Amino acid sequence: MKKKEFPRQLILLFYTAVILIPLSMVFLATFKTTSQLFKDPLGLPESFSLDNYYELFVKEAMLQYFLNSIIVTAITVFCVILLATLISYSIIRISGKMGILLFGFFVAGMMVPTQVNMIPIYLLVTKLGMIDTLRGVILVSIGFLIPIAVFILTGFMKTLSKSLFEAAKMDGANEWQIYSKIVLPLSLPAIATVTIFSLVIVWNDLLYPLLLLKSDSVKTLPIALLEFQGQYLTNYPLIFSGVIIASLPMTIAYIFLQRYFIAGMTAGSVKG
Amino acid sequence: MQLNNSAGTVKGKSSPFYSSKIRRKKLKVNWALFMFVLPGFLVYSVFFAGPTIAALVLSFTDWNGIAAELNFIGFSNYIELFTNDPIFYQSLTNNLKFTVSVLAFQTVLSLVFAIMLVKNTKANVFYRSIFFFPTVVASVSIAFTWNFMYDPNIGVINNTLSAIGLENLTQSWLGNPDIAIYSIAFIQFWMHTGQMLIIFVAGLHSIPKELYEAASIEGAGKWHTFRYVTWPLLAPSATIVVAYTTIQSFKAFDLIIATTNGGPSYATEILSLLLYHEAFNNFRFGYSSAISVIFMIIIAVITIVQFRILKSNDVKY
Repeated sequence: MKKKEFPRQLILLFYTAVILIPLSMVFLATFKTTSQLFKDPLGLPESFSLDNYYELFVKEAMLQYFLNSIIVTAITVFCVILLATLISYSIIRISGKMGILLFGFFVAGMMVPTQVNMIPIYLLVTKLGMIDTLRGVILVSIGFLIPIAVFILTGFMKTLSKSLFEAAKMDGANEWQIYSKIVLPLSLPAIATVTIFSLVIVWNDLLYPLLLLKSDSVKTLPIALLEFQGQYLTNYPLIFSGVIIASLPMTIAYIFLQRYFIAGMTAGSVKG
Repeated sequence: MQLNNSAGTVKGKSSPFYSSKIRRKKLKVNWALFMFVLPGFLVYSVFFAGPTIAALVLSFTDWNGIAAELNFIGFSNYIELFTNDPIFYQSLTNNLKFTVSVLAFQTVLSLVFAIMLVKNTKANVFYRSIFFFPTVVASVSIAFTWNFMYDPNIGVINNTLSAIGLENLTQSWLGNPDIAIYSIAFIQFWMHTGQMLIIFVAGLHSIPKELYEAASIEGAGKWHTFRYVTWPLLAPSATIVVAYTTIQSFKAFDLIIATTNGGPSYATEILSLLLYHEAFNNFRFGYSSAISVIFMIIIAVITIVQFRILKSNDVKY
């Protein structure tokens, strides 16, 4: 037993280092000056000074970007859950061909990579006067998340007992009451899954903000980061401070909700 | 059958009064559900399904994004792509290089890690959550991290290689056109191996323990147990991993735009990036749409094949 355990631990520790060294390098770099980082990229900083973070918040509208990311993510995730649960509930309630057709229509979107329709989306959002607005990005994000959300939610709701609905109906409940009082609470595990992968996908999304947002007042974090690269070139400590700020919310959430994140992200990994 | 709810109890008494009441009730039910579907239907149709069809239509035009009218040119875009566009072929080849290398490493190593970490001990769960973590971080952030790791002069990789006497292995990892695509493939692998590992662990957990007991009673060795018990029953998870990896690799847009943006000289240009560049750098919206249609067909084929295999592979114990 012991003889086998040693190489196994060695391999696991090695790969742990492969994952953690770049991550800790980024984190430690945010406390260094450029020359300190170049001299000793992996070592501890001389002091844990917050100068880089400070500089970033002064020079850049970091707070605004952060706020924009929160607004886009919160509204999108809320709407995806609301709309997709309503759709999935209807699909399981409409039996026969109509239900299958509806399911197929929504789920077919899973086969379409988000880059495919970017030109028409760009044109549409421009036409609607929503270019450079958060609501443009929000609507587009809801649109591309609905297929996978419906796929997962319908799959889950199908497993709920039909007799529940019938009993509720007998008691005089209408569709809205069955949906909101019975199906929603019972579907919480699937809703958690959809919430988490939508959260991560929208928070980290680059494509649509890149396409649809131009001014500082509406930029989200990923697109702001991408522009830092062109602006600060080799000022990696500053760029990495941006990386840490942008990653902080998901990292904290991941630490506390690991189990849900791992399940949710894996279920949603076809998108993203 | 048609009236799924109260129909069963009423069917016997087929008085006209009853059936009309039920019919009215059914209509009301559908109306409510119709209202439930409507908002999501509209957002999805207008902002996703519609644009997808529009991309298909645009691919038959030479539209430049400005002209007031669409000029239909038949299959010309597609013909140009396949007969007269070396960059399109190079992008396809890059896609293939990228996908195959990620697929090979990621599938094998995530399976090995999954077998190592299959038991739900505290240490194993900890390892799994560390390996998984990069998936949660934005591709842009990961890309910047590796831009620095790979930097030819100040990067960690080259410094480490020099420090241990392997100076001749130092590289311009993202600047050398022969290597750049594989360097980015490694980042993709680094990001997603932990995720594929989880799929394999779930697959391993779903194999009934009795089968292993039976195998050990019959005196099967480690390799035979793996070959004849684990592997066949793992086929569904393997299919999912292969399909996910392939699809994710084809879409590695964020990662590449934030590392090399397709360069040096198209060495890392992949389809999703090419169609972005053709549209927003060269304003060839029609041509770019043709690329996106081909891209969509490739992804659709992979998805359908995956579902087919999964269905035919439905494991019975």
